[in-house]
This record gives sequence, C-alpha cells and structure tokens, in this order.
Amino acid sequence: MRGGGLRLVFAALALAALVLGMPLLKPLFATLYPALERPFYEGDSFLALTADHLALVGVSSLAAVLAGVVAGILVTRPAGAEFRGVVEAVATMGQTFPPVAVLALAVPAMGFGPVPALIALTLYALLPVVENTVAGLEGVPDAVLESARGLGMRPAEILWRVELPLAAPVILAGVRTAVVINVGTAAIASTVGVKTLGLPIIIGLNGANQAYVIQGAAVVAALALVLDLGFERLTAALSRWRRV
Amino acid sequence: MIAFEGVTKRFGPWVAVDDVSFTVEDGAFCVLIGPSGSGKSTLLKTVNRLVVPDAGTVRIDGEDIAALPAEELRRRMGYVIQSVGLFPHWTVERNIATVPSLLGWPKARVRDRVIALMELLHLDPERFRGAFPHQLSGGQQQRVGVARALAAEPRILLMDEPFSALDPITRGTLQAELATIHRQTGTTIVFVTHDMDEALKLADRIAVLDHGRLVQHAAPRDILARPAGDLVRDLVGREEWGLKRLAVETAGERARPANGGVPDGEPLPGDTPLRRALSEMVSRGTDRLAVVDEQGRPAGVLHLGDLVRP
Repeated sequence: MRGGGLRLVFAALALAALVLGMPLLKPLFATLYPALERPFYEGDSFLALTADHLALVGVSSLAAVLAGVVAGILVTRPAGAEFRGVVEAVATMGQTFPPVAVLALAVPAMGFGPVPALIALTLYALLPVVENTVAGLEGVPDAVLESARGLGMRPAEILWRVELPLAAPVILAGVRTAVVINVGTAAIASTVGVKTLGLPIIIGLNGANQAYVIQGAAVVAALALVLDLGFERLTAALSRWRRV
Repeated sequence: MIAFEGVTKRFGPWVAVDDVSFTVEDGAFCVLIGPSGSGKSTLLKTVNRLVVPDAGTVRIDGEDIAALPAEELRRRMGYVIQSVGLFPHWTVERNIATVPSLLGWPKARVRDRVIALMELLHLDPERFRGAFPHQLSGGQQQRVGVARALAAEPRILLMDEPFSALDPITRGTLQAELATIHRQTGTTIVFVTHDMDEALKLADRIAVLDHGRLVQHAAPRDILARPAGDLVRDLVGREEWGLKRLAVETAGERARPANGGVPDGEPLPGDTPLRRALSEMVSRGTDRLAVVDEQGRPAGVLHLGDLVRP
C-alpha cells in the first residue's frame, strides 16, 4: 500500500520535472539530432500543452463516465433490461470506429476545434465504462441483493448503499482503462487544430523532426503513467474492506 | 398472527404453491417442511412479499399485506437466508444496524441495540464489531445474520433454511440458541427446512408441503403419531420413527415419583428430550436416571421402561 503511494509520488515528480524542465534538455536534443535546424519544440510551453491535453481528456472522460455508468445502471434494472443489447452495440461501435475516422466525419459537419475531438474521444472511452459497470453490478452476489430487499431497502437504497459500492472497483477499472487510452488518443485531436501534447508529435511527423515527436510522446507517456498509478491508488482505497 | 388464505403462486406452467390456507398464531414457532420443490421457500417469501401470490391473501393481524408498501412491511420483519447475504463491504456493526438505520433510530440507540444483540448471539462485541464478514466463520456469519434480522425488534422472523449450510455441531448450537431467543422474545417465527430432526427440535407447529399443497399442519407429536400419508411418513423416517418420537417428549413428562431412592450420577434437567435421556442411559450403562426441575429440585426418576410406555 505504501509502495503504491510512493510510486505515484515519484511518477508525478518525474512528470512535473519533464513538463517544466523540458527546455533544460535543449542541448541534449541538439547533440542527438545535429542535422535538425530546430531540435526543440518551442511553439508552446509544454505546461500549456499538458494543461490543454488534460482538459480534453478530462472533459471527454467525464462525459463517457457519466453516460457509461448511467447506461450501465439502466440496462441492469428490470425496466431497462431490453435496452441492454442496443447500449452494448453502441458502445462497441464507439470503440471499433477509429477516432481518426470520427474526426474526419465530424469536422465537415462541425468545423475544426475541440467539439469533434470531444465527441470522438467520448465515444472511444464509452465501451470500457459501460462494460465494467454492467459486469460490476452483475457481480453483486444474489444473496446480498436478496437480503437487501428482504430487510426492506428501497431500490435506490440498494443501488447506492450496496450495488454501487460493491461494483465500484470494477467500474473504476473500466474508467482507468478509458482514461489511459484517452490520454494517448487525445494526441490526434491536434490534427483538427486542437492544442494538445499531440501538436509537437504531428508537426514533427510532418516535418520529419524526430526530436519533436520524442518530446511530445515522452510527456504523453508520463501523463498516462501518472494517471494509471493514481487510479490504482483510488481502487485500493475503495476496496480497502477486502484486505482487512 | 399470520393467515394464509388460499395462497397460490405459479411460475409459468409450474404451480409452486397451490391453494394453501392455514394460520400461524402469535408467538408460534412454525416450521415449513417438505422436499425440494415443495414450495416451502416460495410460501415463506409471500409473507414479506419477495413473492407476490397469483391468488389468495396473506394477512398479518387481519390486515392484507398487499395493501402495505413492501419496504415498510419488510422492515417490520426479520429475514434470514441460507446463504446469509451479509453486506461484505460493511462491518459487523453496520450490518446488524441495517434496519434500525433505515428506520432512522438515533445513533446511541442503534449502538446499544447492536451490542445487546451481539451478546445475545454470543459474539464478543469488542472483538467482532469492527470486523468484516469475510473475516468470520460460517457460523459466526449466520449469527450476525440472525442478529441483523432481529435488530429492529420485529414481531415476525422469517428464516429460509438458515442453518442448512453449517456443520452439525454449529447447527445444533445455533438451533438451541434460536429456541432460547424464541422463548425469551416471543417473536413469531416461520422457519423453512427440509430436515425433520430440525423441525421436531424447534417447532411447536409443523406445516408439511408437497408439490405446493399443504399436506398436514399439526403439532410435532401429532405429526409423529398420525402422519398424513406416505410423504409425511417418509419425512418422519420409517426406520427412526421411534427415536424421533422420543425427541419431542421430555424427561420431566415421563419421570415417575422417586419412591425408594434416587439413582446416582448427574441428574437430567426436566426439559431434556427423551432421545437425549436414552442416549445418556446407554452411555452411562444404567436403566434409570434422576430428573430435576428448572430450579434443580428433584423431580422424579426416569426408567428405561418409561420410554416405551405408549
């Protein structure tokens, strides 16, 4: 438990050092890529890019979590059971449809900017959230549900006090997958003019500037790692009772 | 008082409970018994409306329970199931406090009640209050299950094969404790089992079900004396009928006055079942035992011959 916390602190410090201290690495990139005229990305500060990237990931993940958890709850209620197939099909389509294709289709309709990117990322993140919400709720033992009903809990009380707390670790695992995937996928939003950590990567790819690609990708990877470790800690905190 | 009036429940083409009518008196210990699929659990669940009958009425104190909100009805009854179903993410204390918390009891009252119940069920409050269900043995879990069911002082306790999954020793202990709790609290208990020994040990009325129909509803000794049909005879057990008969009568009832001296050895309490008394005679190698009453005063002598007297 302590080890997990410590890993998270180290990873967060490494991320901060990378984001804030990137300019210090300028001589290193100059040495590694002597042929490049500009071996260091200076279009924007990496701090600003990271903040924009996080905002995009945050908003799209939040939308996916809200929609996914609500849908997962609805299709596991007796009244919503018949929509389960439809919801799962939509979520699966959202994941199998490449986000780049969503962007390509959305931009002509909505123009450049963050909205098409948010739609693409939200759709992409929906499947793990819906699947894990359904799996988590279905994993609540029948005996527990029967005694909750038999003791006189109302359906809403059973959901909030029993089902969701017991399903939380599984749901959170889905959110974790969704967020970590979105950190990587959000980079492509820079193809439709949104500032993200993908900007140095895309400019680098277009201009055959490997140094830019490495700078952007390193921060994206560090960010994904920090968020992953953060979710690991949160999951541990929510299922503390299992390990007493 | 619980009255079943023509209760019928179908699941598709299958009739689980078929036109069952009988009454459970206040303070009774009523055992529903029958083979698997006889409808005993289904009938039990019509009382707290986990099952809604297709026809017929269940009344409590004359009131049709279909007229009450289901949750309100359930909070007035205890419910214990074979698989226990404790909330795994809650401590023992919070599990027991479930219904009082739902009813909005003040915190201090809930805490006192939890401690009183843990003591009643022989669970050390200091040791187990903060424990989680997975840290307890099966028997301890079901003790918590019973405490949780009794928490809001229900007048009716519904139990669906509560001890069937426990080892024989734990089962025996919990049966004895439940009998004591029933005597002390006067709670009306409806108890489902498929084990006739358990039924004879606990019940003051036994309702035998077969294919959803009520076959016999009578006191244990009447079930033994006049079993209604082959199924009841099978449940009673043809080979061990005599021993079961001994299980429903007590040493005090059959003891004769101690004319001419009391036998040596530890005397038997008067409420000891005759079956236990026979076992004592065999293990001590004697044909007579001293019997004492509740206060420990001599209450006569039980002879081996007294056991076979009709």
